[in-house]
Amino acid sequence: MALCIRKSPNVIRILKSKIGSLVNASLTNSHSTPFRAEDLRNPDGVLVAQPTLFMNRRYKAEEGFASQRKVDVLNFPGGKVAFTHEMNFISESYEERIPCYRVLDDSGQIIECSNFTEVSEDTARKMYSNMVTLQVMDTIFYDAQRQGRISFYLTTLGEEAINIASAAAVTSDDIIVPQYREPGVLLWRGFTLQQFANQCFSNRHDQCKGRQMPAHYGSKEHNYFTVASTIASQLPHAVGAAYSLKMDGKNACAVAFFGDGGSSEGDFHAALNFAAVMDAPVIFICRNNGWAISTPVSEQFRSDGIAIRGPAYGLRSIRVDGNDALAMYSAVHAARKVAINEHRPILIEALTYRVGHHTTSDDSTKYRPVDEIELWRSKQDPVVRFRKWIESCGWWNEGSESELRNNVRKQVLNAIQVAEKAEKPSFEDALTDVYDVRPSNLVEQEKWLRDTIKRHPQDYPSC
Amino acid sequence: MAIGFTRYAKRSLLSICSQSKRELSTHLEQDGKKSLNLCSAINQALHIAMDTDPRSYVFGEDVSFGGVFRCTTGLAERYGKSRVFNTPLCEQGIVGFGIGLAAMGNRAIAEIQFADYIFPAFDQIVNEAAKFRYRSGNQFNCGGLTIRTPYGAVGHGGHYHSQSPEAFFCHVPGIKVVIPRSPREAKGLLLSSIRDPNPVIFFEPKWLYRLAVEEVAEDDYMLPLSEAEVLREGSDITLVGWGAQLSVMEQACNDAEKEGISCELIDLKTLIPWDKETVEASVKKTGRLLVSHEAPVTGGFGAEISASIVERCFLRLEAPVARVCGLDTPFPLVYEPFYVPTKNKILDAIKSTVNY
Ligand SMILES: Cc1ncc(C[n+]2csc(CCOP(=O)(O)OP(=O)(O)O)c2C)c(N)n1
Ligand SMILES: [Mg+2]
Repeated sequence: MALCIRKSPNVIRILKSKIGSLVNASLTNSHSTPFRAEDLRNPDGVLVAQPTLFMNRRYKAEEGFASQRKVDVLNFPGGKVAFTHEMNFISESYEERIPCYRVLDDSGQIIECSNFTEVSEDTARKMYSNMVTLQVMDTIFYDAQRQGRISFYLTTLGEEAINIASAAAVTSDDIIVPQYREPGVLLWRGFTLQQFANQCFSNRHDQCKGRQMPAHYGSKEHNYFTVASTIASQLPHAVGAAYSLKMDGKNACAVAFFGDGGSSEGDFHAALNFAAVMDAPVIFICRNNGWAISTPVSEQFRSDGIAIRGPAYGLRSIRVDGNDALAMYSAVHAARKVAINEHRPILIEALTYRVGHHTTSDDSTKYRPVDEIELWRSKQDPVVRFRKWIESCGWWNEGSESELRNNVRKQVLNAIQVAEKAEKPSFEDALTDVYDVRPSNLVEQEKWLRDTIKRHPQDYPSC
Repeated sequence: MAIGFTRYAKRSLLSICSQSKRELSTHLEQDGKKSLNLCSAINQALHIAMDTDPRSYVFGEDVSFGGVFRCTTGLAERYGKSRVFNTPLCEQGIVGFGIGLAAMGNRAIAEIQFADYIFPAFDQIVNEAAKFRYRSGNQFNCGGLTIRTPYGAVGHGGHYHSQSPEAFFCHVPGIKVVIPRSPREAKGLLLSSIRDPNPVIFFEPKWLYRLAVEEVAEDDYMLPLSEAEVLREGSDITLVGWGAQLSVMEQACNDAEKEGISCELIDLKTLIPWDKETVEASVKKTGRLLVSHEAPVTGGFGAEISASIVERCFLRLEAPVARVCGLDTPFPLVYEPFYVPTKNKILDAIKSTVNY
C-alpha cells in the first residue's frame, strides 16, 4: 500500500479524506460540543446545558427530512427513516475493503503526505528501546519455560508496535484493560523486568501472590487491570471503567485490548453496544493477528475484519497497520482526544501477525505454513521498521543498538535469576483475598489445613 | 515449577504411566483390544459416533486440527469439513448452535475447550438445552446434544485451566452430567452420552488424557449411564468419587488397608441423574461415607450425596459423612498442592471417620 500511495496522488487524497476524518472530527464536529465532565454529576445542569447529550447524535440526514414529502419518512421511536420503493438488500460486503492507515512504509520511511502525530526524539527512542526490551524479555522468558524453569509463557513477538505505540500515545491516568498479549503497555508504564520475572516465577514478590499462571500480570499502581485468561470478558469492564472516568470528570479514558478471536465472543458485542449507548470514553484496540490459536480469521468471521463492526454499533472506527509504530501512535493519540473530549468510544483494528506460537503449550507449525511465519518474522518485523525510521532521523545507530541489547539482556537474565531464587508466596496467602475478610468457612479450612500440613509435611512445599 | 506434586506416586487401577510425548498411543494389539490413553479412547469413540451415524457432527474451537488436547485428531480429514469444523471463539454460540442442530434430529457433539470456559454458554445450557423438552411439552428436544469439555487440575493450570464446575450443572434438571475415570470407561460412556436422548455434559479429566492407559476394546460398545460401579469392595467405609479423583482415592484405600481398614470405593460415573441405590446399599453395609471431589467443598456435589445418604441411611450411619474436597477459594496456581484433596487428606478422613 505504501508504494501505491506514493505513486498515486489521487489515492492519497481519498485516503487522507477518510483517515483524516478521525483526527479532524474531534476538532470540527459540531454535533456534540465538548463539555466539562464535572457537569455530569448534576443531572439538571447536564440536561439544560447539553440537550443533545441524551439524543441520538449520529444521523445528520434526519434534519433534512422535514423538507421532504411526508410519505417518504417513517417516524418511528428510533427516529425518522426514509422510505424507498427499491428493494435493495444491503450488501454483505463492500466492494473495497477498509484501507489500512499507515505512516511508515516497509523500509521505515514516512509515506509522503501522511497525516500523523509528531513524535519527539526522546519519545521515539524510548518507544524503540521498549520494543526491543519486550522482544528480549520474551525470548529469554520463553527459553526459561522451555528449560522447565517456569510453567508457562506467551510471547508478544510481532506485536511490539501495537503494545508500545499505544502505550506511548495515552497517559498513565488512562486505564488499561488488557487481554494477555499486551505486557508492553505495562513495561512502558514502568513495571520493571524484575516485576515481570517475579510474576512468571510465582514468587513471594509477585503482587498477584502467585495465584495465576505466568504472563497474567496486573498492577493497580500502573492502572493496568489484572489479566484473566478468559477471552473478551474484560471488554465490558472497560466500558464500566470508562463511564466512571467520565462521571468523575477525569481527563482520562479506558483502553481495552483484545484479539481477532475475542471479537467473536458475546462480551465483545455487549461492550461495543454499551460503549456507544453510554457515550463512554473507551478505546477498543483489536490486535487482529490473523490467528486465534489454530483458527484463522477466515474461520472466525466473514466480515471485513473488525473495524467494519464499529459503525454498526455506532462507534467511530479505523483500521491501522499494527506493525507501524507511528501509525499506531497517531491513531491512538487521535482516538484518545475524541474519546475524552467528546465522550465517544472508538474502535481501532490493528492488523498484525502473531509471530510466536499461541503459548508454550502450542506448536503453530501444525496448522500454519512456516513460510507465513517467516515472512512476518523477517520482512514485517515492526521493531526493525521503526529502527530504520529512527536511524534515518539520526536518532539511533549501530552503537546504541548493541549497547541497548547487551544491557537489556543482562537485566533480564539477572531478573530471572533473582526471581528464581526468591521464596515462594507464603502459605498465609493461600486463603486470603477470596473476600475482603475471611469468612468462617475459610478460617476453619485454614486451621484444618495447618493440622494436615503438620501431619504430612512431605506433601507440601515449604512456604 | 519448584512446587512438586505427588498425586500419581504409584500405579493404580488406572494403570497410569508417563507417556506425555506420545500423541495418540496405540500399541500392543490383543484380541480386538488396544492399549490406549484416555485421549485416544475419546478419539476412537468420536470416530465410531461419526461412522455409525451420518447425522453426527463434531465442532468447537480449534477442533479441525485436532483440538488443543488432540482428542479430535484425524476427524476433519476423515469426515470432511462440513461435519467436523472449527467454530468462532464463542461458547454461547457453540452450545446454542448445537441445540438447534440437535433439535433437527442430529447428533451435535460440541467441544468446549476447557470447562473453565463453559460459563459464557451457561444460559444456553441452563435455560435452553435443559428446558427445551419440558417447555415444549415434549414436542421438541435437543437430546442429540453432547458437550465434551476437559476439566480438573493439571498441576499448573491456575484459575482458568483447572476448575471442576460439575456441581453448577447438577443443579439443572434436564441435562445429564457424566465423568469417566479411565480410557475404557471414557469410550463407552461417551458413546452412551452421544446416543442418549437427552443433552449430556461430558467432563473429561484432562490430567488423565495421556497419563491413564488401559486396554480398550476396539469395537463399538456403550456403558450404561446413571449406573455407579463398585470398584473395590470393603466393609468399614464407603468412598464415592468420579473422574481423576478416583485414582487418588484408590491410593488412600490401599494405604488404609495396610492399617487394617477395609474400604469400598464407588465410581459414580453419572452425577445426574445419579445412582443413589448403589451408594445407599454400600453405606447400609459399611455404615460410613466419604465423598471426595476437586471442586470447592461448599455447594459441591458431595453435599447432595451427603444429604441424600443421610436421609436414606440415618439410622445405619456410625459417623458423620466426610467430605474431602477443594478449598473454598478460586483454584490457585502456586497453592495447588494445598488446594487439592490429596491422598493423605483422604486417608486422615478415612481414619477419623472409622474411629469416630
Ligand atoms: C472464554 C474463553 N474461551 C476459550 C479460551 C481458550 N483460548 C485461549 S486464547 C484463545 C484464542 C484467542 O485468540 P485471539 O483473541 O485472536 O488472541 P491472540 O491469542 O491471537 O492474541 C482461545 C480460544 C479462553 N481463554 N477463554
Ligand atoms: Mg488472534
